[in-house]
Amino acid sequence: MEVSHDELEAQIDRWRGYIQRNQAISPVDVDELEDHLREQIAERQASGLDDEEAFLVAIKRLGNLDAVSREFAREHSDRLWKQLVLLPDGSDGAGAPPWRELAVVLALAVGAGVAVKVGLALIGDGEALARNVGLLTLPFLAGYFAWKRRVSIRVVAALVIPVVVLAATLNLYPFVPGGSTAMLAALHSVVVLWLLVGVAYVGGRWRSGRRRMDFVRFTGEFAIYFTLLALGGAVLIGLTLATLQIIGIDFESVMEEWILPFAVPGAVVVAGWLVEAKQQVVENIAPVLTRVFTPLTAAMLLALLPVLATAGGLVDADRNLLILMNAILVLVLCLLLYSISARDSLAPPGLFDGLQLVLVLAALGVNAVMLTAMLTRIAEFGYSPNRTAALGLNILLLIHLVWAAWLAVAFLRGRRPFAVVERWQTSYLPVYGVWAAVVVLVFPPLFSFS
Amino acid sequence: MRIDKDLVAASATPLVLGILMDGDLYGYAILKRVGELSGGGMQWTDGMLYPLLHRLERLGYVSSSWGTSDAGRRRKHYAITQAGREALADRQQQWAVVSGALRQVWQNTPRFPAAVEGWA
Repeated sequence: MEVSHDELEAQIDRWRGYIQRNQAISPVDVDELEDHLREQIAERQASGLDDEEAFLVAIKRLGNLDAVSREFAREHSDRLWKQLVLLPDGSDGAGAPPWRELAVVLALAVGAGVAVKVGLALIGDGEALARNVGLLTLPFLAGYFAWKRRVSIRVVAALVIPVVVLAATLNLYPFVPGGSTAMLAALHSVVVLWLLVGVAYVGGRWRSGRRRMDFVRFTGEFAIYFTLLALGGAVLIGLTLATLQIIGIDFESVMEEWILPFAVPGAVVVAGWLVEAKQQVVENIAPVLTRVFTPLTAAMLLALLPVLATAGGLVDADRNLLILMNAILVLVLCLLLYSISARDSLAPPGLFDGLQLVLVLAALGVNAVMLTAMLTRIAEFGYSPNRTAALGLNILLLIHLVWAAWLAVAFLRGRRPFAVVERWQTSYLPVYGVWAAVVVLVFPPLFSFS
Repeated sequence: MRIDKDLVAASATPLVLGILMDGDLYGYAILKRVGELSGGGMQWTDGMLYPLLHRLERLGYVSSSWGTSDAGRRRKHYAITQAGREALADRQQQWAVVSGALRQVWQNTPRFPAAVEGWA
């Protein structure tokens, strides 16, 4: 009898080992399933089955492991969001062979480079090119995801039409050279384009909050990969430049005219593909980064707050300072979103959630100071395109942060599940897209293209 | 009698929430209760219960806590929350409408012989 029980334990062990290899089922979930399995076995044994039979029945009743783990994956997409490609439609595990994907990625990367190079040649340097840079690169990244997700014709239309509208607006509006509406339109068009990349990324299922969260994760990982590629590229270019300089060859013009126009847009597409290709290297760094930078950023904001508040004379506050603070607030928001996306939504409230609330409250403080400064400036000097755009963004940020803080408090007090916090973040995202579109489309005529 | 897969899927949430209304339970006990309540008619794939429970937890309808079983194993218990009670009340109303409509249709329609045989 002893021996056969050993055999049963060994079988359960093997089962655990098998199921644990599945990334969608975490160790605690395996514990839960094992408890279930053992309960089922005990009941079968009580009704007279031997160990072997009881184990087989229990396993059978647990169901097809692939189907069960697919359900787990659907529920916990955060655990293996990189493999989503295989999951949402789930029908064909095989997909395209890897070399074909690589070929498509390289073709798109080169395509983005060619587009920028042609843009440089046709448009020349300067403002017009700056307005078009996003248009020349990001559609290639969106194109990759549209290809990868095999999106429907309707989604393709939903992607192409806004891009055409943007292209027409950015190039046909009679912008005054050196005017601020042109600059604003260029900046905000990138936001709109990035959200369109998101539509392609989620395969057109942009109504789903969970898919949007996947896109937030993608954005964070993309930023990390792109930075890594840029750092590596900079080192490589720096070394080459230094070496060639010693020999006396002028490399700078080659770099400016050929290497950078191809390398940077190409890196955008390649970074997107790297995230998609589930390179595991960064996977464990992402939550660590948010854990490091959330307290640091909160500390930075708390240090800035008294400086800003006591700086006095907010009317004459340097406008560069205001722009900078806006950039910081946007960055804080990105950090907040990313750390929320990296968090296990079932974990109970902890210290880190408290820290996150501190970050949000500090950001709210900075936001309040900025709003006062902007309103006083507007009262003093009237509505300029820049001030209006900044005011609009600040009001959007204020609404976002106030409600985020409110929900975070409710979550910390155990009144609401974390899912509510997540849902607010994802459902608010399109608001920024709409605002960016308004700045691109409406601001220039509103301020007579100045 | 085998109950259609879609029907099982649709009734799973109100069934689990309703069972938890009687008190906290762990996964295996919930499944046993489903078996008892349906006279063995509703056979769930055991493994599918857990993703469902986790979804209900994410939605805030149930909360979970780890305890210990009689045999000394770690065991996860589930309890219904206030939001879960509200969701259940909502589902109850929906099901009342559906079953009321079905009852009326079936009262007015003569059963097909095959169906009668199936019931017998």
